[in-house]
Amino acid sequence: MTEPLLRVRDLKTYFVTEQGSGTARAVDGVSLDLFPGETLGLVGESGCGKTVTSLSILRLIPEPPGHIRPGSFIEFEGRNLLTLAPKELRAIRGNRIAMVFQEPMTSLNPVFTVGDQIAEAAIVHQGLSRNAARARAVEMLTLVGIPDPQERVDHYPHQMSGGMRQRVMIAMALVCHPKLLIADEPTTALDVTIQAQILELLDRLQRELGMAVMLITHDLGVVAGTADRVVVMYAGQVVEQAPTTTLFARPLHPYTEGLLASVPRLDTRVSQVRGRLHSIPGQVPAATAWPTGCRFHPRCPYAWDRCASEEPPLLDAPGGEAGAHTVRCWLLTEPQRRERRA
Amino acid sequence: MSALTWLALAGAVAVALLVAEEAHRRAAASAAGRRFLRHPTATPGVFILAFFVTLATAAPLLAPYDPAFQIDIVHLQNHAPSAQNILGTDVYSRDVWSRLVYGARISLGIGTIAMLVAVTAGAGVGAVAGYVRRWVGAVLMRGVDVGLAMPRMFVLLMAVALWEHLPLAVLVLLIGLTGWFATSRLVRAEVLSLREREFVAAARAAGAGPTRVIFRHVLPNAAAPIIVSAALGIGNVMLLEAGLSYLGLGVPSPLPSWGSMIYDGEPFMAGAPWTSLFPGCAIALVVMALNAVGDGLRDALDPRKETA
Repeated sequence: MTEPLLRVRDLKTYFVTEQGSGTARAVDGVSLDLFPGETLGLVGESGCGKTVTSLSILRLIPEPPGHIRPGSFIEFEGRNLLTLAPKELRAIRGNRIAMVFQEPMTSLNPVFTVGDQIAEAAIVHQGLSRNAARARAVEMLTLVGIPDPQERVDHYPHQMSGGMRQRVMIAMALVCHPKLLIADEPTTALDVTIQAQILELLDRLQRELGMAVMLITHDLGVVAGTADRVVVMYAGQVVEQAPTTTLFARPLHPYTEGLLASVPRLDTRVSQVRGRLHSIPGQVPAATAWPTGCRFHPRCPYAWDRCASEEPPLLDAPGGEAGAHTVRCWLLTEPQRRERRA
Repeated sequence: MSALTWLALAGAVAVALLVAEEAHRRAAASAAGRRFLRHPTATPGVFILAFFVTLATAAPLLAPYDPAFQIDIVHLQNHAPSAQNILGTDVYSRDVWSRLVYGARISLGIGTIAMLVAVTAGAGVGAVAGYVRRWVGAVLMRGVDVGLAMPRMFVLLMAVALWEHLPLAVLVLLIGLTGWFATSRLVRAEVLSLREREFVAAARAAGAGPTRVIFRHVLPNAAAPIIVSAALGIGNVMLLEAGLSYLGLGVPSPLPSWGSMIYDGEPFMAGAPWTSLFPGCAIALVVMALNAVGDGLRDALDPRKETA
């Protein structure tokens, strides 16, 4: 097996809230690996810690109120990102690891031309001259499929549509040919046809540039189409991790199961869903007070007393290679309970 | 006054009209510009400013005499306005019009330079205080509180009193360095909200350091309030300079500033009101014009205003 490009171990990012309502444990012991050239889907509901995980990797968590707990470990290309000096960290940001943000409407600086913004990382990291940087910006705009790049390079963000701005964001992120691209909900703010275009673009660029992609989304459809492997997060933890096809064919965690069942599908017969879309009962608990034991147990249809008292570790799914498909659920130790319930 | 001077004066009016007209034409092309034009006094303000700036730049053409030249100290003291001296002469038989024209250079120059100093300092401190919160920001802003609590006039009077023959450059610098506190508060407030915007996170994710983020990404987005406060601030500085000069402590004689002209004419207000009246009018006009333009800019640059 090849060495992972990014290795996250026991990442804990906490936020101290004001008015004494306690510490929000937004990310609470996340471990994951990302291999070179791979696309990893990071899935979960709003507030499960996806974005905080990605921001922690680049150490962009606002401090205070946030902080990454000692004992956490983020290794990228053999270096621990959590102990790097700010200057070394900046040399990695935008250069080796780049990020695409969710909102193309607000992630671009309104007072600069898109060309200036695309070229910025190249100027910061590679010391390009103004002319070279401009040429590079035009080249990047061509790469992400914007027509008339020579002209568009001098346009301001407000002169572009949402889809084009997201393309510009991607061009900004890729200008230094990073090894890892973190895309935080890159298509959420876009309409469906543009979504497909952007995902295809990401897919093509990944193959052309040979980079790894961490795709953060709450949209399982997006993950199914693009990711090689999926990590499902719930309440600040990884609850299930598997290759995409395995996860969709055989979800083992009740939360993943519920998520998949909640997706409206065009090919299910109405009689099967009895006219109603499945939803997971209850709400995501507050990050300041995660439930004891398994954090999903208050919403889990299979839960029994052990789930409320004891927190399950990540267990290997039966019949697979160790570490290929892992699930944080006691059901794996007592599979007969699933049958009984069903 | 010779025909040439009259011609130059007409030229100055023409230039000012052209500038106002051109500004009007450009402004009408954009939504923000139309908001500026809707302000009732902004356009006249632009004309008045353009006129006085033209006076200041073309002073040698417009002034028939050297501003310090005493024409006839025996017969032409405090002479009323006439064909030779359109605004009369002062007690030292100097041509008031010539002094007014050259005074525009000093008064507008002091206002502009001091304001540039103030805006630079205010924007810098405000941006740093807003972006780097923690203790750096707290210390800076408490310093600003202290600065705001000091009566500016008395600080300047003290400096003038302690420093014999205060050079003009130092006076300008002092006015600037005592005038940035309000601007820094304004900029800090703006930066506090800008720093949470996503494009700042995006810039940091691209590897930009704090200095680059503050001065390249955050400050340009705070340009609108800075420009407005600068426009309003120049008028303030001019009044301050006039006040100091009127107390005889500002611009050293025989340099003509509008404030010192009022000071020179003050003892003869009853017999020769023109020596103080005209520079006074000039100050009032320019300050009002600056306020009108500043107000108009505020209307134009406020993003919360509806687009028209």
